[in-house]
Amino acid sequence: MKSYVLPEFWVDRDDYRCIRCGVCVNQCSYDTHYYDPEDDVVRAREERCTGCQRCAVFCPTNALTIRTHPYEYRPNANWRKENIRDLNRQADTGGVVLTGMGNDKPLRIYWDHLVLNASQVTNPSIDPLREPMELDTFLGAKPDQVDVTCGRVQGSLPPQIHLSTPIMFSAMSYGAVSYQAQLSMMRAAGEYGTLANTGEGGWRRELRVYGASTIVQVASGRFGVDRSYLNEAAMVEIKIGQGAKPGIGGHLPGEKVTPPVAETRMIPVGTDALSPAPQHDIYSIEDLSMLIYALKEATHYEKPVAVKISAVHNAAAIASGIVRAGADVVVLDGIRGGTGAAPKIIRDNVGIPIELALAAVDQRLREEGIRSRASVVVAGGFRNSGDVIKAIALGADAVYIGTPALVAIGCTVCQKCYTGKCPWGITAADPRLGKRINPDIATQRLVNLLRGWSFEIKEMLGGMGINAIESLRGNRLHLRGVGLAEWELEVLGVKGAGR
Amino acid sequence: MAQAKLSREDDHVTVDARDVYYRQLNETLRGLVQDGVGHIRLEHVFGQRYIGTNLARPVDIEIDGIPGNDLGAFMDGPRIEVHGNAQDGTGNTMNSGRIVVHGNAGDITAMSMRGGAIFIRGDVGYRTAIHMKEYRDKVPLLVIGGTAQDFFGEYMAGGMVVLLGLDLAAGEFHRASFIGTGMHGGAIYIRGEVQDYQLGKEVGVQGVEGEDRRRLEEAVRSFADHFDLDAAGILAGNFRKLYPKYLRPYGTHYAY
Repeated sequence: MKSYVLPEFWVDRDDYRCIRCGVCVNQCSYDTHYYDPEDDVVRAREERCTGCQRCAVFCPTNALTIRTHPYEYRPNANWRKENIRDLNRQADTGGVVLTGMGNDKPLRIYWDHLVLNASQVTNPSIDPLREPMELDTFLGAKPDQVDVTCGRVQGSLPPQIHLSTPIMFSAMSYGAVSYQAQLSMMRAAGEYGTLANTGEGGWRRELRVYGASTIVQVASGRFGVDRSYLNEAAMVEIKIGQGAKPGIGGHLPGEKVTPPVAETRMIPVGTDALSPAPQHDIYSIEDLSMLIYALKEATHYEKPVAVKISAVHNAAAIASGIVRAGADVVVLDGIRGGTGAAPKIIRDNVGIPIELALAAVDQRLREEGIRSRASVVVAGGFRNSGDVIKAIALGADAVYIGTPALVAIGCTVCQKCYTGKCPWGITAADPRLGKRINPDIATQRLVNLLRGWSFEIKEMLGGMGINAIESLRGNRLHLRGVGLAEWELEVLGVKGAGR
Repeated sequence: MAQAKLSREDDHVTVDARDVYYRQLNETLRGLVQDGVGHIRLEHVFGQRYIGTNLARPVDIEIDGIPGNDLGAFMDGPRIEVHGNAQDGTGNTMNSGRIVVHGNAGDITAMSMRGGAIFIRGDVGYRTAIHMKEYRDKVPLLVIGGTAQDFFGEYMAGGMVVLLGLDLAAGEFHRASFIGTGMHGGAIYIRGEVQDYQLGKEVGVQGVEGEDRRRLEEAVRSFADHFDLDAAGILAGNFRKLYPKYLRPYGTHYAY
């Protein structure tokens, strides 16, 4: 059947610059470029191009420009190119349209409508280059009171995780990302004193040396979950939902279940790895509590147990239930949260922005007097350290970053993760593509990212006259809204700028 | 809450669990196992959860009474025998070991079980054996003497499940509908009658011969041993095997 889908990208090859070296042909895992020896020319099958820019970056003579395809339908504000393209893909196959990464629709990004305060005259700002500045963060339930005698804490505290910066790497499963990508994140987390999350796809033996900086996930698939998996990590996270696909499970297609992936997930090679939509032992808050305590029993009450949900309409009430169920950490993943594969219609339409969910959850937990019983971690759409510090001021203890970490190691957010052919080797199922990531270099780039953002956070803190991130946590007086409606300011719990 | 009362005779310890909260009870068990005790008898068990969840070595545990939810969740090695009924989540994500229940077991029995064996003399609840899986030599086994409720073997990705229907009257059908719905691995052996509409659309039906028959006989004999039943009599019944028609049940679900 002839497909009516037009190419999304235009390959502009400057023939004067092209030296026929074949780099683009070799680099493109979608076979977009090919060499035609008869005419001694390199040609392109544009319908295969995903716009990932791998070829353009590696072209030694800068002969390539990959740009959005200039084809035009009759202008129509309702029927945009994307609508026509998706509809035709479905008419071709009768399937559910897949995508990768986070929501790319122009939903309001509240970070861009929140501004920070700084000290002027009435209190001094602090220069973090010369004065102590603390980003240390502790995740875990905080006791209502601590008995300190002779400078020592008496009795035992609930388990706490120390982070040297309030930024962690989000859950990304081996199988969704390549071995090299996962290894690099775990190493970088260990080097910088933060945590990386395995995702629900199991945890390879040789990566367990990074256990002290690893969060393991328990999700509906229960892949690779056993006692050693739980006990060798620093923290255990129950995944109920993911911002990119609230309410649904996951299907890792059989072709991605290669022998090493099968070994890690403990399932046969080539079968679909299905994660059911719900965890079938959790149909209520009481059931959730049962799994939380099953995991605490399995880990001697020595590890904090986190519960991750997608940010949805009733997130505040659900979060209250999660805390009361005994979770040490509540994780919220907003509508812009990323994914390796999700139905596009769900990614783009289900859930709420993380800023509003965070503000509502923090407010609710405070009103109920249980905010200290759990840490709050937020995820989904963080782009820079400004977003992170605003999240802390809105009430988060720490954030998870996924896409920024991938961008640091080459990702250009082309949204084709679900094909398993990532030319950058990040979400590649083919081990030869995974080798395009040098873990030493990728680790360095990730550490650099954490370092750069942490410096920036310190600068902003210093500007506000604050010398510990703890003092900014939930301190919404340091935020003001710009261009927001009254109801938005109310949900966010911030004043409008100038007030 | 009471502390667990212990009485010890060589390698055998009896624990009175009356009024003991599950945390204390399981801590007591961990202590005993650490001390090298090989046989533990739990008396007056009333709903304590997670028994056997975090014991580092194989140990024999006999339970008088009704253990609570998640009996043997994440269990790795111990052998548990329950003289009574079990509740929900028996053998949840179990890795190895054995659970024998002389009564019924509740919902999601053997959920996500990955290894070891579970034998239930009576009936089981909803969504039993959901998402059981296997890898190489780790093949979990679940044998049920009675019948099961709906979504039996849902999403099954591996392992072996046997449903015997020993207590069904002549002409009576098994209870479950949607048997093996979403199944994409493993095998379910059923003795007793089910109608076509009770089967999920992802399962195929075939007779039990050759290697399948040998595996089935082994499983039934081991079941019969635990409950003092006549294996040959059970095996004389009519068995059918349900198998997944597709390794990739949702392979055409997406537009790439």
